Amino acid sequence: MNAAAPAAKAAARDVEKDASMQKQKAMMAAHYDRLTSAPETGAKVCSTFVPGNLNELIGCFDLLNNLPEVNAIQNGLRRISGQYVMEAEKIGHSEDVCTYVKSDIGMMAKGNIAPNGKKFPNPDVLLLSYTGCFTFMKWFELLREQYQCETIMLHTPYMGDGRISPNMLEYMVKQLRDEVIPKLERVSGVKFDIDRLRERLKKSAQAEDDLVHVLQTARHTPSPIDAYFGGIYYIGPIFGAFRGTDDAIDYYRFLRDEIDERLARGRGPVTPEGDMGQERYRLVVEGPPNYTHFRQFWKMFYDEGAVVVASSYTKVGGVYDFGFRHDSSRPLETLAEYCLGVYTNRSLPMRIDMLTNYVEDYRADGLLINSIKSCNSFSAGQLLMMREVEKRTGKPAAFIESDLVDPRYFSAANIKNRLESYFQMVEQRRAGARPAA
Amino acid sequence: MGTPLSLSSTAAIIDRATRIFEDLSFSAAREWKAAQPGRKVVGYLPIYVPREIVHAAGMLPLGIVGGGDRLEVVHGDAYYQSYICRIPRSTVELGLSGRLDFVDGMLFPSICDVIRNLSGMWKLMFPHVYSRYFDVPQNYADEIGGNYYANELAELRDDLARLRGAPITDEELWHSIAVYNENRQLVRELYAYRAEQPWQVPAAEAHLLMRAGLVLPVEQHSEMLRDYLAAARLQQRPRRDNCRVVLTGLFCEQPPLNLIKSLELAGCYVVDDDLLLVTRWLTSDVPVEGDPLRNLATAFLHHSESTAAKFEPDLREKGQHLVRAVRRTGAEGVIFASPSFCDPALLDRPMLQHVLTDAGIPYIAFKFAENSGQMQPIREQAGTFADSIKLWSGQ
Repeated sequence: MNAAAPAAKAAARDVEKDASMQKQKAMMAAHYDRLTSAPETGAKVCSTFVPGNLNELIGCFDLLNNLPEVNAIQNGLRRISGQYVMEAEKIGHSEDVCTYVKSDIGMMAKGNIAPNGKKFPNPDVLLLSYTGCFTFMKWFELLREQYQCETIMLHTPYMGDGRISPNMLEYMVKQLRDEVIPKLERVSGVKFDIDRLRERLKKSAQAEDDLVHVLQTARHTPSPIDAYFGGIYYIGPIFGAFRGTDDAIDYYRFLRDEIDERLARGRGPVTPEGDMGQERYRLVVEGPPNYTHFRQFWKMFYDEGAVVVASSYTKVGGVYDFGFRHDSSRPLETLAEYCLGVYTNRSLPMRIDMLTNYVEDYRADGLLINSIKSCNSFSAGQLLMMREVEKRTGKPAAFIESDLVDPRYFSAANIKNRLESYFQMVEQRRAGARPAA
Repeated sequence: MGTPLSLSSTAAIIDRATRIFEDLSFSAAREWKAAQPGRKVVGYLPIYVPREIVHAAGMLPLGIVGGGDRLEVVHGDAYYQSYICRIPRSTVELGLSGRLDFVDGMLFPSICDVIRNLSGMWKLMFPHVYSRYFDVPQNYADEIGGNYYANELAELRDDLARLRGAPITDEELWHSIAVYNENRQLVRELYAYRAEQPWQVPAAEAHLLMRAGLVLPVEQHSEMLRDYLAAARLQQRPRRDNCRVVLTGLFCEQPPLNLIKSLELAGCYVVDDDLLLVTRWLTSDVPVEGDPLRNLATAFLHHSESTAAKFEPDLREKGQHLVRAVRRTGAEGVIFASPSFCDPALLDRPMLQHVLTDAGIPYIAFKFAENSGQMQPIREQAGTFADSIKLWSGQ
């Protein structure tokens, strides 16, 4: 099954990165330096979550955002999350629950060291943006117990009926206006300036336009991007600490130019081993990746010439590709709509519609679900989703299982076997679809 | 001669409750529906729905808490990975096997991501059944969470009115609120009586009585509770040398009845629990005048049970409901019994345990599934806990 291996592979240790990836890495490193130097600079820190994060608002109060899921991902990529997870289990956390949480708790127990080797500052405020994931609520209750700091709940109702009702929107705007903003003012000592928020929202929309353009280049054949493994690099700044800033505008313009150039030259995605060779399979992927074996996982795809043309995970922080943009003319309403619209806050039928749309719109060969053991928000219902998308598109679907940052649940041989079987199934389906000679 | 008579009375009541509990076809609810043309049944999952609104619509609220240890799951496992709790797969099994084919609507309360996602699955699998994800506020300010919740209740009222083909009036709602106030008073009375004399109300019997309340019309359930309380007070059951425990973590997926019995056999009287919280979610009477939906909303915000599915805005309050339950009932320890893979119970547990440690209250913890068969390890653990309490308490 290696016929489509990259034509020119770099030595395994020389990980190739596009210039945009280097730029992204530098941005993330700079943010970690800002965070860990907060005790010296006097900057205040707001811990909050990726889905539906309120970065524009946080920035209005000169707060630095710290995202515990991103820290867990970093620890997964650096292969140290496993020891953190076990440390958390040792102090009483169940083996059954979210490994992001346990990686975070374990990291705290082991000194709270950031990826730059320096200690994370304690947060001044926990902004519990409760969007699309039940665990978030418990996670910040657990952190509040440790840090004993102000904790602000922003409850985002679930789109159970596939729509945003006026009641839902009003509820969120009231929470923002009457609770979230006054509390952030109190913690930060900075008065809220709605014009400052509007400016940031305008900047968000600009970056969002470029991100959508980049993700939608995958409609082309061959796709110039991998919208899952590569896509994770692309969403880092916008779902992390940079949305609403000039840095994000610069990054996404830079990325757009880079991808447009790849597109113009007919090049496929860049992989850690250089340009991917011939595109053989186009997949839509549902669910987060495994981070402890991220590169090994990715390699199982690009070695087979499989490119991910669309993924739900790159919508976990917010869904832009169906038209949503932050709207500076309705600053609080737009923040509410952003939180309401994140992928995991959408009903299962909405998620199925999205995936079906991706399979068709991106002319994919099928759907692959990576089901995460400790993430019920994503995982519960995925077997039905798989069958529904298969039924609606007529394209084959497959199911693999792993975990976010717990290395104990990554079985390389098992996943590889399933992927190879899946690619064979795609081939058979193609052969069956060809008219008889 | 009063004692034998009352014994047989409690036995007869529990026998009826047991038959309801064991009946996975919900015959009692089916019979209620068939008794009069046009009647409708609305199912609901844990943890709480305002049953008053369903009742006011002239419909029967039917509590669905999975299939227990008597249901063979044939189809349900094909819908869930091994690392997801048991209740959704047995609920799907109930649906696919036709056991819920008489149910006209389903409510999926905000409790966790699994039940939340099940709400969408139900829409796809049973498109002709009205189904609604029932969200509740995590903000407890009257003008914010209260307004939101009152409007959500109004939407539910409108939905059910459409389902029955006529508006639901305030008078109907006031009446239903009064009926449920009475039912909750009786449930509280039963719980208080058990806390006072747990040997008089075995935990398994209390549980069976609550389970009957998920299926029977509320008026019949209140009658059952009244009869049981009267009969129980007329009899004297043997008192064992058991310790007194609060049982917690079982607010969604239900333990096998044998598990509850095993705890008492192992030496632990259950003096409080969080089983089937819907039966006593609102902790005081809801006013029966004024805006009924606003009254229900206010009761939810300010007079409802604390549990893992709710955000606790005040760090100092976190877990104190458990300490208060221990103090109120004279319990000597807490047993955390959590369903495997239950995010709310298992994520909350360490925080609650820290609070208990600070309060000097001993505890043990284990996990179960609704179809757990082996009780011996649990019995041994509970027995050791009871012994340790008796040997070491007060030292």
